[in-house]
Amino acid sequence: MIAESGVSIVNSVFDNFWVILAIKAGVVLGFFLTVPMVVGYAEHKVLAHMQSRLGPMEAGRFHGWAQLVADGVKFIQKEDVIPAAADRWVFSLAPGVAMVPYIALFVVIPFSDTIFAENLDIGIFFVMAMSSVTVIGILMAGWASANKFSLIGALRAAAQLIAYELPLVLAAAAVVMESGALSMIGITEAQASHWFVLTQPVPFGVFLVASLAELTRPPFDMPIADSEIIYGAYTEYTGLKFAFFLLAEYGGIVALSAIASVLFLGGYRPLPGLDAIPGPLWMAAKTGALAFFVIWLRATYPRLREDQLQRFSWLALIPLSLGWLMVVAVFKVAL
Amino acid sequence: MATDEMQVRTGAPETGYGLGLLKGLAVTLKTMLRPAITQQYPRVKPDLPARSRGVIALKEANCTVCYKCSRECPDWCIYIDAHKETHDPASGGKARSAKVLDRFAIDYALCMYCGICVEVCPFDALFWSPEFEYATYDIVELTHEKERLEEWTYTVLPPPELEGGAVPPVVTPPVEAAAPPAAAPPPPAPAAAPPPPAPAALPAAGSAPATGPTEAQAPAPAEHREVALDQETFDRVLADLLEKGTERRVAEGQARRAAMIAARKKAEGS
Repeated sequence: MIAESGVSIVNSVFDNFWVILAIKAGVVLGFFLTVPMVVGYAEHKVLAHMQSRLGPMEAGRFHGWAQLVADGVKFIQKEDVIPAAADRWVFSLAPGVAMVPYIALFVVIPFSDTIFAENLDIGIFFVMAMSSVTVIGILMAGWASANKFSLIGALRAAAQLIAYELPLVLAAAAVVMESGALSMIGITEAQASHWFVLTQPVPFGVFLVASLAELTRPPFDMPIADSEIIYGAYTEYTGLKFAFFLLAEYGGIVALSAIASVLFLGGYRPLPGLDAIPGPLWMAAKTGALAFFVIWLRATYPRLREDQLQRFSWLALIPLSLGWLMVVAVFKVAL
Repeated sequence: MATDEMQVRTGAPETGYGLGLLKGLAVTLKTMLRPAITQQYPRVKPDLPARSRGVIALKEANCTVCYKCSRECPDWCIYIDAHKETHDPASGGKARSAKVLDRFAIDYALCMYCGICVEVCPFDALFWSPEFEYATYDIVELTHEKERLEEWTYTVLPPPELEGGAVPPVVTPPVEAAAPPAAAPPPPAPAAAPPPPAPAALPAAGSAPATGPTEAQAPAPAEHREVALDQETFDRVLADLLEKGTERRVAEGQARRAAMIAARKKAEGS
């Protein structure tokens, strides 16, 4: 009797919409605060070894695993400097505006057909919408800093994100057309027979390049090009606010790698014959491989010039993905 | 990898669009898979070459207080104090005089490591040692006295091998039996005789006169009357270091140093 009522209380608690929401939000936030750290550490190590160095080796004793924890502690201790001429409110809000969209992206990433925070019907649409909000944060940062380098960096970021948002959306649209679904789970399940990278190799490439530009990662890091404009929109930032921008960047790598693996690499679906390995591991492995690729590109290529960047998007990527979209449409109707 | 770079530089035509991008990726990936060249310094001591300008060591027994080093020093960072002692001759006649070194100090806060003092020293009393860990918290402590300078002679490495075709140096036999331990040419040990080492003993091409090797080897056995190298220590340390991958020449120097210290200890004990 007592046990029964206890179970029903537990059930009623877990049926409560707000409790569930709080748990989901907590899990997503925890995920957002830890996984980017792993990627950040991987970047330290991979970059170092690609340059024949060792990277962090001291913090935490074993191969410097705690380096980013130490960095975080350092950021917390730093003085929070706001330039005298800065627009204080906008300046302080900007890191949040840049970071929150990437947290939101984690909401729709599925780790199996049952493990996900939310399966939105408009999943990929939500992703595209959210990933383009970040630029507002960067613009706010650049404008509010009252620093000419910040402003140049912010405007570069805006131009870059506008230019590369389009190929990103067009590449995703090709996948949506083939799968006939917008939700992340739907797109993943549509890849039961084959991964979309096989039928959609061009959008896959376009998506990877465009997400690099979207994340302002090398070789598309003109908005923070340190040899030209110091650190772009983030020049005036210190301490935790700066750390938020970094977290947004690494969170963005994880989020966009995860989304690329859902769109093109079959998400949590295993390779044929390897069904024994559970879906979440597949998802993690694919995301990790793409994140490694992003780091690999950083170690390999020099930064493009600003005009080369714009030319590449408007004259190469956008026509290419538009043309491909037409081909996909024809096939979709014909077959 | 070196050949890849050469190809790029000589302008070998790239075949295929975007091939360079892939080549770049291959280079970084290959580098990642190779072990890093980093030495984790405080834990791994570097194998420094024999000619490293780490610190200047003084072999006091060889110093005649001629003041050449202190006068040539551009920074005036060498301090020398000495006095003259006269000894009554055993069998009458004029008293013999000798200069005695009271103080020899080098202020490494002033020293610019030009090595002129080492160059001008006529009696091989000053040496370059690769030792470099003598940072202090106070600039005053950087003035090191002769006792410390003497200790550093044990870290002096044997001179590097001659290049092919080089004229072997003329080795003048030591005046006295007491020779600086670490700076002495090859030890009598048979272990040192094999392949590459023995600095002066191996002339290369035909240009070397035949007298070179014999001249160099002749004085060697006579030198080590003072304390013979502790052969057992020498062999053990040498084997250890070689196993660790230390270069043979450097390993021999360090082994010789360890053997010398061991031998001195033994001599004091007995």
